[in-house]
Order: sequence, then C-alpha cells, then structure tokens
Amino acid sequence: MSIYDQKIFRMIAVALLAISVTMPAAQADDDDRDEKYGEKYSGKYGGENRGKPLQPAQTNARFQQECSDCHIAYAPGLLPATSWRKMMAGLDQHFGSDASLDAGDNQEITAFLVNNASNRWSASTAPLRISEAAWFKRKHDDHEINPRVWKNPKVKSPANCGACHPQAERGDFSERNIKIPR
Amino acid sequence: MFHLFRTSGLALVTIAGLVAQPAFAETPNEILASIQQEATGTPDFQAFSAARGERFFKARHANDWSCASCHTDNPATPGKHARTGKVIDPLAPSANAERFTSPKKVAKWFKRNCNDVLDRVCTPQEKGDVLAYLLTIKK
Repeated sequence: MSIYDQKIFRMIAVALLAISVTMPAAQADDDDRDEKYGEKYSGKYGGENRGKPLQPAQTNARFQQECSDCHIAYAPGLLPATSWRKMMAGLDQHFGSDASLDAGDNQEITAFLVNNASNRWSASTAPLRISEAAWFKRKHDDHEINPRVWKNPKVKSPANCGACHPQAERGDFSERNIKIPR
Repeated sequence: MFHLFRTSGLALVTIAGLVAQPAFAETPNEILASIQQEATGTPDFQAFSAARGERFFKARHANDWSCASCHTDNPATPGKHARTGKVIDPLAPSANAERFTSPKKVAKWFKRNCNDVLDRVCTPQEKGDVLAYLLTIKK
C-alpha cells in the first residue's frame, strides 16, 4: 500500500468517526433520562411510553415510501408492536380510508414496524391513534401546549406532527427543534 | 487501488440504473391496453369513451365523493386530499410523466380510491373510460 493510499484510508476513517460522533447528538430525544435507562423506563406514563427515535440507517425504504403517500411516515417507536400489527391488519379501513397494500409490501412493512416498535411499552393497551397514548397526552397537555395552538389552521390536527416538529419525518421530536406556528 | 474505486463506481451506476427502471416500466397507453384486455372479457363491454370517463370522474358516488373531490375538475393541476389536506400531484399524464407508468401503483390506487369514493371496486370499463379521459387532457 502506497503512502498516498494510506492517506486516503486515514481520511475516510476520520470522516466516519466524525459522522458516528455527531449522529447521536442530532438524533437526541427530548428526555435524556429515557435514553439512558432505555427499557427500564417502561413503567413511565402508566406503561404507555414511546421508544427511542430511529437512526436513519435503520429505516426501511418501502415503509418510507408507502406510509408517506398520505401522511408522514410515523416513527415506529411511537406505538407498541401490538398496535402496528392491528394497524397493518386493518389497512382497508384505515381511519376512514382504504389504504390497503399488496400482501408482500404489507408483510415487509409490518415486520419493520414490529421490530422497531416502542421498547418501553409495558401496558397491555394498544391504541391505533398515536395521540391516544399516555406519553403523547402528557407531553401535549394544556400545561405543555396552549389549547389555542390546536385551533390554528396551520396545525389542523394532532396527526400533523410536522406543524410543530419540522424534523418529524426523520423521527426527531427533540424539544430544541420545536417550532410552534403563529 | 484506484482501479478498485473505478470498478465499484461503475457497479454503483449500473445498480442505480437497474433500480430506477421499474418506475417507468410501462406507458399509460400500455396500461390502457391491459385494462382493455381485462374489460373485453366482461359482459356489455363498450369501447372506452373519454366523455363517459369524464362524467364518471366528476359525478358524486356512494360516499358523496367524486374523483374530482381530491383530483379537482382539472386533473392537469395539483389536487388536495378532501380529508387530510395533503397536496396531490396532477393526475393527467400530460402534466405528470410518472402517472400510469407502474401497473402496481395503478392497481393500488384504483382499489383504494374506488372503495373510498364508490364503496366498491371499479369495473374494468370504468377504469378504462377514466384513463381514456385523462389521456385526452392537455397540459
């Protein structure tokens, strides 16, 4: 190996290291303790706690493509595995619309959602609406969010994460990235 | 070393080409032909009619929706989902080259949207009429 080649290798190694160091910070969640204690935090919110945000490298192209046809591709960690199984089994009546997929696509996306579902959900509940989860309700209650915000036409509905969390599409809901529209 | 870089670069370009291809696997006319093949076998089949397709597209059906509720009366312009507000790219192939180029996508959306608008699946006749109509729309 020539000296020139060694230099290139060193440059690549440094670049990779830099990426691996900066990534977790960019993806940091709003509740650092949750991240630190991981699954041990499953007792929080009466057992209805969401999981870690997903790293971009872990995502699935078909999930991204199919789920974002009509709304953002909601991060799988926001609900428990049972919710996702129910959701994907009832796509022909998906919140009032037919959102059915062919069997192969359904299988692939279900597996992805189930494998990356909340790892801190210990309750036996399995809501279909993310906004019905206890963690969601607590983080969006009247103490946290002025009720007027929900009436803003730019917000429209709690399903519209991107209205206040511009990075929602990437699974980033960190507090410092919140921008509540006026 | 550099030879290796060049080879892997070429491989990447080749793979990208293969992956990009299925997006435009067919033309809207080829899709129309396959709907026609399906329709010919059904009773009372009549040659596809753009005028009938337009009436079907704009009429309200079982769920008090029409195709135009979301795709607008001018499918060469962007639409908006009647419930979610999501912007929908133009449906007419003259205005959006991606439309009616993937048989899988066509099947997926006809199934979904016919169920939402009509509460049933569309017949091959209805699908063919609508596509015939969409193909007459100029940008």
